[in-house]
Amino acid sequence: MAHDNLRGRYVIAGIGHTAYGKLPGRDTVSLNVEACRHALADAGIGKDVVDGVLVKVPTSAHQFMYGQKVAEALGIQPRVGGAWDQGGAANIQLISYAIMAIDAGQCDVALVCYADNPRSGSRNVYARPRGDDAAYGWFATAAGYGMIHRRHVIEYGTRPEHFGAVAIASRKHGAQNPDAQVRSALTMEQYLQSPWVVDPLRRDDCALVSDGAAAVVVMSAKRAKSLGVAMPVPVLGFGAGQTSWEVPVRKTLTTTEAVKAGATAFAMAGVTPKEVDVAQIYDCFTITVIQTLEDYGFCAKGKGGEFVSGGRIEHGGELPVNTSGGLLSETGMPGMQLVMEGVRQMRGTARLQVPGAKVSLVSGQGGTMHTHNALILGA
Amino acid sequence: MAHSPVPTPVAPAFPTPDVNELTRPYWDGLKENRLMFQKCRCGNAWLPARRECPNCLGTEWQWTQASGKGCLISWVVYHTSYHDAFKSRLPYNVAIVELDEGPRLITNMVDANETLRGDAQVTLQVGWEGETALARFRMTD
Repeated sequence: MAHDNLRGRYVIAGIGHTAYGKLPGRDTVSLNVEACRHALADAGIGKDVVDGVLVKVPTSAHQFMYGQKVAEALGIQPRVGGAWDQGGAANIQLISYAIMAIDAGQCDVALVCYADNPRSGSRNVYARPRGDDAAYGWFATAAGYGMIHRRHVIEYGTRPEHFGAVAIASRKHGAQNPDAQVRSALTMEQYLQSPWVVDPLRRDDCALVSDGAAAVVVMSAKRAKSLGVAMPVPVLGFGAGQTSWEVPVRKTLTTTEAVKAGATAFAMAGVTPKEVDVAQIYDCFTITVIQTLEDYGFCAKGKGGEFVSGGRIEHGGELPVNTSGGLLSETGMPGMQLVMEGVRQMRGTARLQVPGAKVSLVSGQGGTMHTHNALILGA
Repeated sequence: MAHSPVPTPVAPAFPTPDVNELTRPYWDGLKENRLMFQKCRCGNAWLPARRECPNCLGTEWQWTQASGKGCLISWVVYHTSYHDAFKSRLPYNVAIVELDEGPRLITNMVDANETLRGDAQVTLQVGWEGETALARFRMTD
């Protein structure tokens, strides 16, 4: 069981990001430095107090000792640092590790950052052959999610319009975000006419491919006070879960690691889904949002399609989701943009602010629903 | 000096599995219409091939012939080709089948894409790509 003695004692003190979209000529180290510079400025602190640098590896271009390269470019000699790979769930995992490291006295102030440039660089990782099964034509990240999407339809009768509702909400929110890579709202008619990528996935079910970077600063609430941080946002809880089985051999495709991660995070935070005011749910594909909401307990298993319909997850609805546009509209960056929007909602500074929001939930997800991390923030 | 013959267009090479000491019984079995899976002394059964049982971590397993019967778990239909060899086959399906003996595997269904049904009963129908025999399936109900 997660300890609740960490609840509220650690904060996200600063957030920062680069532009999103196509950023040719920038390597990922440079993008990371820019995002960290903005995050430090946002926290109102200098880099001299940073002694932890935790980096998620760039999805499209793994490099040896990448964490040290980023720390070198930052001119920081950290006590705790390195690069971590568990796909898109790594950002929240690293925020969790930062908190645990600080709590154990291993470091004091940590930068957690991510950068990638698959839009101007290589997208090969998303199109990769899947081992010997390439002989059957089994390629690409999207296809694995397509298998999961189809199984949800088989087991629960989830309809195309349900998946469309997820895309429409993200695109509606992204349209109102000047930083978003795609700023066009989407109608159900347009969604249903969107071309197949890998049936059952339409183009508009799929995350954007984006260059960009984002960073957050993690420290104790006490340290934030002593450093005069203006808008610290307390972390109430976090949790993780992983399956190691690849999609073809995984015994269930419709229940995800959000079950474990959510249960741990909610217990640590001492809240229930009913108390969540706004959620940033990893939307690499529309099916991910539907299954994550089910597995966190916002609705019964199999009812996620109905849950996301009727505007419930749009701004002004019962549970606004992905209020800055998510991976489907703001940027395809795997997850840190969701953490930043969760922070803005708790600060009360989001563009599509949920009035009076006190509890903010953020999910991260990696691989093909292999890994899941949940983060609960307070106001 | 003799003229070189005009080269005839060659079909893009199909991706071939890595046939090695460990996987050879699987791929050789398919050439003889037998679908093999690994069954461990601990009772665990699995595909694809691995040296250690992921349940007991031991190596006392044997290649065992499957009945070839199973169930269609899910499938996708590619409308984008990620490899030149599949361009001319679009739209083609890739499916997950669970064998009656337990293991799941990636496959192609030989039935028309529009006719595929979740949880349908299926049976092995070996197909050939060049020198490689592949474990494809067809619906039986």
